[in-house]
Parts: sequence; C-alpha cells; structure tokens
Amino acid sequence: MSEPLLRVKDLTKNFKVGGGFLSRNAALVHAVDNVSFDIQSGETLGLVGESGSGKSTTGRCILRLIEPTGGEVWFEGRNVAELSAAAFRSLSRDMQIIFQDPFASLNPRMTVGAIIGEALTIHGLASSKQAYADRVAQLLETVGLQPDHMRRYPHEFSGGQRQRIGIARALAVEPKLIVCDEPVSALDVSIQAQVINLLEDLQAKFGLTYLFIAHDLSVVEHISRRVAVMYLGRIVEIASAHDLYARPLHPYTEALLSAVPVTDPKARRKRIVLQGEVPSPINPPSGCHFHTRCPIRQLPLCSAEVPPLEQKRDGHWAACHLRS
Amino acid sequence: MAEPLLEIRGLKTYFATEDGIVQAVDGVDISIARGETLGVVGESGCGKTVTALSVLKLIAMPPGRIVAGQILYQGRDLAPLSTAEMDRIRAKDIAMVFQEPMTSLNPVYTIGEQIAEVLRRHEGLSRKAALERTIEMLRLVQIPNPDKRVHDYPHQFSGGMRQRVMIAMALSCSPKLLIADEPTTALDVTIQAQILELLQEMKSRFGMAIMLITHAMGVVAETAQRVVVMYAGKVIEEAPVEALFADPKHPYTQGLIRSIPRIDTAATRKARLEAIPGVVPSLLKPPPGCRFAARCKHAMPRCRDAVPPLLDVGGGHKVACVLYQPEMAA
Repeated sequence: MSEPLLRVKDLTKNFKVGGGFLSRNAALVHAVDNVSFDIQSGETLGLVGESGSGKSTTGRCILRLIEPTGGEVWFEGRNVAELSAAAFRSLSRDMQIIFQDPFASLNPRMTVGAIIGEALTIHGLASSKQAYADRVAQLLETVGLQPDHMRRYPHEFSGGQRQRIGIARALAVEPKLIVCDEPVSALDVSIQAQVINLLEDLQAKFGLTYLFIAHDLSVVEHISRRVAVMYLGRIVEIASAHDLYARPLHPYTEALLSAVPVTDPKARRKRIVLQGEVPSPINPPSGCHFHTRCPIRQLPLCSAEVPPLEQKRDGHWAACHLRS
Repeated sequence: MAEPLLEIRGLKTYFATEDGIVQAVDGVDISIARGETLGVVGESGCGKTVTALSVLKLIAMPPGRIVAGQILYQGRDLAPLSTAEMDRIRAKDIAMVFQEPMTSLNPVYTIGEQIAEVLRRHEGLSRKAALERTIEMLRLVQIPNPDKRVHDYPHQFSGGMRQRVMIAMALSCSPKLLIADEPTTALDVTIQAQILELLQEMKSRFGMAIMLITHAMGVVAETAQRVVVMYAGKVIEEAPVEALFADPKHPYTQGLIRSIPRIDTAATRKARLEAIPGVVPSLLKPPPGCRFAARCKHAMPRCRDAVPPLLDVGGGHKVACVLYQPEMAA
C-alpha cells in the first residue's frame, strides 16, 4: 500500500475546564483520546459520532486550529505537529476546512470576492489584479455561483449558497485535503443533496481527499469510502462504508445504525434503544467507554480493560473485547 | 367518517414585516382524527410551525395575524376565542412540545414547580397533590429518581432529559391532542430513538392524537399514520404513510424522498443523489400558480396560471399538482 496522504497517530486532546485561574485542580475533558487513522490520497474518510464524541476536535487538531495535547499528524510524510509556524503556513495551503455553520463562518463585512480571494493574497497566488479577479470568478463558477456574486455580501445568500462560498474559499489555494466539518447539517434536505453532489463532483474533478465529519450516518455512508465511528473521544470501529453498515461489529455502531429512522414505513425495524446517555468526557467510564450502555457487556472484563482497536476482518477494525 | 378531533380549514396566517406581508401559511386544510399520529413535514419556512402555533394561538400578534380560516376543535372554532378562553383549551385539550428544550423551560424555577404550575392552574390541584402528580409524571417519562429530580433546575438535565420533562409537562393534564414541533431535532440519534419510543408509549397509554411536525422524513416514516407535506405555506400532498413513501405523487415530495441518502438499502453502488435545484421562493411575493413550479422538472405553462387545488386521487391520497388533474389531462 502506498504512503497515505494523511496519517494520524495517537492524537490526543485534553481541555482544561473549571478551576479558574487561581485554582490548581482544573478538570480535564478528554476530547480526543489516542485516535489513529490513515487517509489515502483521493479517498473520503467519514468520521461519525454523537455530540461530544470528539469528531470535530479531531478535525481541528489535524489542521492545528486547536493545538493537540499529544500524538502525531503526518501529511505527505511530514509531521505537522512539529513544524514551525512558518513551515506550517505553507503546508496549510494543502489542507483546508469547510465549516458547519455557513452563517457564522463568513465575515459579514467582507464581500464574497474578498472572502474567497483573501487566501490568494496571503499565499501570493495571484500575479495581478486581473488574475485575482479571474480566479475568484472561476472559483464561483466552479461551485455553481455567478461571477458577479463576488461583489455581494454573505447576507444576500441562502444557507446553501453560503456553503458554496465556503467551499470556493477552501478551493482557492488548490488544497489536497479538505476537512469537511458537518458541511450539510445546517441545510434543508433538498439543499443538502445539492451540496453533497457538488462535493462529489469537485472530488472527481480535482482529485481531492476528504475527511468528512458528520453526525448523520446516512450522509456519511453515502459520501465515504471508509468510515470511522467515534465514541467519547475514541475510535470504536473503522471499516469500509459498505462493510460497516452491512456488518457492524461494535455494539455501539449497531445501536447507532438501528437508531437512524429510515424513509420506509414498511421497514419499521427492531431498534436497539440504548439506555441512558453519553457519559461525561470529564470522567469517562473505565475500560471500554461504552460498557455503561452496552447491551452485550461482560463484567468485569469490559470495565477493567480498554479494548484495543484490532483488525477483526480484512480492513475492518473494531475495539471490542467480545466481538471478533 | 367520524368528526375529526381537529380540523383546520383554509388557515391563512400572515406576518407584517418591514419589507411587506409574509404569507407564511396560505390556505391550509389539515384534519386529525382522535388517537391518530399525523406527520407534518416540510423544509424550513414551509409554514409547518406557524400552522401549529396558530392552532394554539401562540403567534405574536402583531406582527402575525390569522387572516382567514377556521380551527375547529371538536366542532368548535378556536380562531375567534379570547386569550382567557384559549387558556382553558391549552394544556387540558391541546398541549405542545417544542423543539428546543433549553429555551422552553424557565431556568429560574425547578422543573417540579413548572409542571406543578400547569396542574394547579388547569386541574385545580392542591400544592401537595400537584407535587405527587408531578413525580408520577416524571416517573412515567422514565426520569430516574423522580422524587429527587423534581427539585432540580433545567440546567441540571441533559437535552434528552429536558425533552422528557417537556413531554411530562405537556401530558400532565391528559390532553386529547399533543402537538410536537420538531421534538427530536436538537437531539443525538440514539437519544432521538429514546424520545420517539417514549412518545409511542405515552400515546398508547393516554390515547391522545399527535401532530408531529418535523423536517425529517425518516422520523415521519417510522411514527406517523398519515402525512401532510407542506411547501411554501401550502399543503401540497397528503396521504397515509405507506402510500406516501411507496408512491409519492407530487414532484416536490418525490424530490424530497429521493434527495435523502438511505442506509437501509444495502446497495454497493452509490447512486448520485437527486437534488432539487433552486431554493424555496420568498413568501413576500410568492409566485402565482404552483409555488414549486420554478424548481419542478415537470413544470409547464399552466402551472403558473392558477394554484392547483388539493385533489383526492384515491385512497385518501391527495395531491395539489396539475399532473393529476383529470379534466386538464384530456
């Protein structure tokens, strides 16, 4: 197998909460806990999980929008976490992000042209004013907007159009990897499909690699080649999209899949309704984080030992003591 | 057919804004039978929430106004009722659960005080009886340690637990109709499954009708018996749930169902999603004729002539589209 475009190894991020500035014993939120995965060039890896599972933090640590506490992020054979600020800036051309909220992620006081073109200026990618304007116009057309939209402001656009602007901004520097952080969850379903199709078209056209973070399992299954499932900061299962959905191994993945309502009233399925709620990441359960809600747990094993993420079948990894 | 529990006839609710009149709900007919679960689906701005708020007269007036229509609850029109008269309908006859359990509970009162208030006001219970009944309701919605939790404040509960509290409050006076407006939208999928199951359980226990408002087609498919699809302030299709998903008639409904990626089909090939082009029209100056025409792949000139009426095409399946108008087809 060739060198992956992105290799994440034992990535960890703890946040301090509470305590305040005079207190010594602030609690730690274990947002991301020894997460490792690879993404091959040109593929889409989906990252799913519920609120607080650490999926967005993982995405942001990769881009160093949040400084990781520990672990390594290798991009094309270079450790991103060790680069100096200057060296990282040039690398950041290759890695871009699209955010969830198209209302909060565009500066309302900048024109669309300035928003998309800012990175061109920063990275010195436009040789002249004309080249700059041409490039912005071309980017707008690429994402299905009109070149004359560049003189307008974000508030003049709908949610779906704003998400297109965010995509054009990410594309401006010709990145290799785009972290898509819940890019369609704020959109209505009919618009959601437009944006998903656009992301797929752009991937085919520019050979992009995506880390696609979302809580909506059906969207992730649709767009991803492989999918990783996170629970309380850890990856509990990772497999090809088809394998994961057809033959999930981890009991959390099973419950998550069975909880998704499907648009077929005749297929009202037997649902695995998990008892209780996701425990606090400040003081997560011992052993397997999922053992407090797991329908098949075996104590004391599951509460005593952290199950390693192991390859159980070809290309299908899961972290469970009981499933093989 | 027996008299419906609730019958909305020709409802028009408009809002006055700086830019003009927004026709948020524009001639909506919806009826709900006793004990039925009716799903109302549509995207942001289609008027589904405004319809629900109009039923309980929770629209801020001004800027909102119920311009026309009747809201017949057990044959009695709620539209002209005064605030005091509506107060007797709310909670005891029709109750509501809102989307955002964070903002719909008062943060400075314990949840026990808030549920007891409803019981004392509408059922005339004493303080002690109201507290007992509140604990009983919290137990019914499966909140652990209800006798302790009753004295907790909303911020001490998680999102899913708050939604349970909201359901307990709504059901405390045994209403005949529960309007649930996006009750699971703010929740994670495993918690959503818990709340949907709880609603079903409560329904079989109390026998109330549910009007479930949601943008999630999957939620409707799994819980509703009949479905109303709204677009741009109008009902464009109505059908029993099986018929709607097996054979959607309106091009908008078809587009909506096809634009959702499905995980239940074990297909290895991934077909491209069928997106609906364009965006929802502004309701300030809605286009004449069918409001979906600008985005519809079957659109023809006469779509823009007149608003197509909602016609029964058999089996209680109604659709508002010129494609199904028999006299025009000839």
